[in-house]
Amino acid sequence: MTILLFLAPFSVGLGLLAVGAFWWTLRADQYDDPVGDAARILLSDSDDRPT
Amino acid sequence: MALSEDLDFSAFVKPEPDGGRLDLLVQNARCAACLSKIEQAARSAPGVSAARLNLTNKKLTVTFAPSRSDAGAVVAALERAGFPAVPYDPGQAQAEHDREGRRLILAMAVAAFGAMNAMMFSVPIWAGLFGQELGPATRTVMMWLSGAVGAPCALFAGMPFFRSAWRSLRAGRANMDVPISIGVLMTLGISFSETVLGGRDAYFDAAVSLLFLLLIGRWLDHQLRAKARSAAGDLLALQAATATVIKGGELAVRPVADVKPGELLLVRSGERIPVDCEVESGASELDNSLLTGETRTVRAVRGTVCRAGALNLSGVIQVRALAASEDSALARIARLVEAGAQAKSKYVRLADKAAAIYVPVVHTAAAATFAVGWMVGLGPREALIRAVAVLIVTCPCALGLAVPAVQVTASARLFRKGLLVKSGAALERLAEVDHVILDKTGVITEGRPRLIDADPTRLAQAAPLARATRHPLARTLADAAGAGPAAEAVRERAGQGVEGWIGDRKARLGRAAFVGAATEATRETELWFAFDGETPTRFRFSDRLRPDAGQAVAGLKARGLTVEIVSGDVAGPVAEAAAATGVETWRAGATPQDKAAVVEAHAAAGRKVLMIGDGLNDAAALAKAHAAMAPGTALEASQNAADLVFSGEGLFAVVEAIDMARSARRRALENFRFATLYNLVAAPAAMLGLVNPFVAALAMSGSSLAVTLNALRTGVQR
Repeated sequence: MTILLFLAPFSVGLGLLAVGAFWWTLRADQYDDPVGDAARILLSDSDDRPT
Repeated sequence: MALSEDLDFSAFVKPEPDGGRLDLLVQNARCAACLSKIEQAARSAPGVSAARLNLTNKKLTVTFAPSRSDAGAVVAALERAGFPAVPYDPGQAQAEHDREGRRLILAMAVAAFGAMNAMMFSVPIWAGLFGQELGPATRTVMMWLSGAVGAPCALFAGMPFFRSAWRSLRAGRANMDVPISIGVLMTLGISFSETVLGGRDAYFDAAVSLLFLLLIGRWLDHQLRAKARSAAGDLLALQAATATVIKGGELAVRPVADVKPGELLLVRSGERIPVDCEVESGASELDNSLLTGETRTVRAVRGTVCRAGALNLSGVIQVRALAASEDSALARIARLVEAGAQAKSKYVRLADKAAAIYVPVVHTAAAATFAVGWMVGLGPREALIRAVAVLIVTCPCALGLAVPAVQVTASARLFRKGLLVKSGAALERLAEVDHVILDKTGVITEGRPRLIDADPTRLAQAAPLARATRHPLARTLADAAGAGPAAEAVRERAGQGVEGWIGDRKARLGRAAFVGAATEATRETELWFAFDGETPTRFRFSDRLRPDAGQAVAGLKARGLTVEIVSGDVAGPVAEAAAATGVETWRAGATPQDKAAVVEAHAAAGRKVLMIGDGLNDAAALAKAHAAMAPGTALEASQNAADLVFSGEGLFAVVEAIDMARSARRRALENFRFATLYNLVAAPAAMLGLVNPFVAALAMSGSSLAVTLNALRTGVQR
């Protein structure tokens, strides 16, 4: 059962990583313009930085 | 056409440390191709360092290099590329609102994480409940782990509810967030004490998943308001509350709020008078229909005092501002609207009504469970666990989700039909109305002149001249005639008409005197046309009924509503419109005060009035009515006062909106009934101690799923 001491924090850490990643996408304005971001991949002069 | 080249939009550039920023609304931006064209056009303008279009909300943000900002050049470049743009002020409120939305999303993400990970440790505990081999020591470890993950998440995700509950308690009321907060905090507390005491019941996962479900409802409600607000803002930005100021021979476009008394302004034909003012030079005709409801035009010459909101029909006029924007007649009406909006915010929403019954009942039941349990000898600990179990299973997540889910579904369906719902409360009020008051001009009628009974050959002859001018009536004439050649050597005479050559013949189009006809007083707006030396012909224009006005009135009556017309226009046209649409009760010549008084009289008689109007003269009545609707062509103040805005030609949208609101109300009440039924089963079970953490988790998510699925049925035709 001692494996729990490793596995439990590890799985929670993975979950926290996901929340952190989501928080980052939110802070980086990645949900502000879903339509435009979808359209931008079709443009040849690629510009992938949100302002 | 391309006037923006000479105009100075610099008042709209917001200064920033490194240059300046200009926000523009580009209404016809639709696809990837538009996106690159628009950004390239904007970047090609001098001084522009960056341009970025948000295709979702059609806002273009242009950044200027330091000390070089020519906003007019950007607007002109966009216009040349085929994308007319209007300056847009996102405003402080919008940014505030976005922050609130982000906070909710983050709380939701944390709650989702907490629910999943706390549940991970709860599953072994649940398995132990069904006689699997789980020793008390392992169970306590699992409970500790579940608590370590679940409790901090619940405290963080619950903040929006705790804060709102605290605010409402301080105001001496109890909203839905009070029982939620008490429930969550008590659940966390009892779970901790059970974990410490080595007990069996820990509800950490239940507390955090309850918050997750509630946050979904909260976020849906927030999105609904955010979307409506931005769509309403776009509509108003298109009306461009700007004024062209003449200063030292230069033209500058400024927000209307910045115009000072005494300044000289230029008003072109087709524009609205920005502030109360006096005509300095030029001559034109003014359409006051949005101000007074009267369809007859008024002649404006030097010395005429014009009121803000009137539409300049024909010539270009220079006017001297008499009052600042906030002192104009327009602003006085806007203040009336604000007062009305405050009164409306006192309206108690369905969910809050339900909470008012729910809170005392559930809390009494929980307290009784504790008291009776202790009395019959369960011991304080077991009695408290049962009381908390009652709080958990009767959790208001079904209630918290029931109404927002229904209203979001209904609003989305209405939005697709071109109807903008400002808030969920608006839908609830609309469902309750039993009397409809219609304005005539712009509501029953289209609110703009249409050519009537024209002779096709004369129309074809006059069309080339009409195509060569921007006069609104002439544009109507040109539209009626269709595409074709334009006249040559056209000269415009301000407030008179146009003169030009059609082939090798000289012709005139304009006022009777200008064309050479004997003037006769008529009610209708008219244009005269003649070739040089020939007898003039008259083109008559009339404000036409909306094609489905009669059908809409019949539809309202079929739904048990009484219909009335209250208009500011003279009796003749009002009586005609009433007869044509089948409305028996009508009133003409009503002042804005009269309209508001009619609404108040009905309200005093206990009726719930739906007011539909577009003019400034309706704004006070719109604000006072139980529910209010305005067409998308209405003035800013009226749109602000309305709960719903319908774009498009049809008046039948009103009937559709009422149907949808009623359907939403039915679904919401169904959901409440379902939640009540569920609680009637779950609460006694919890009191008898039949609920364990596993049952609580199942029951909670099951009931939420049921109400959400039911909400999706809103507005589906049977």
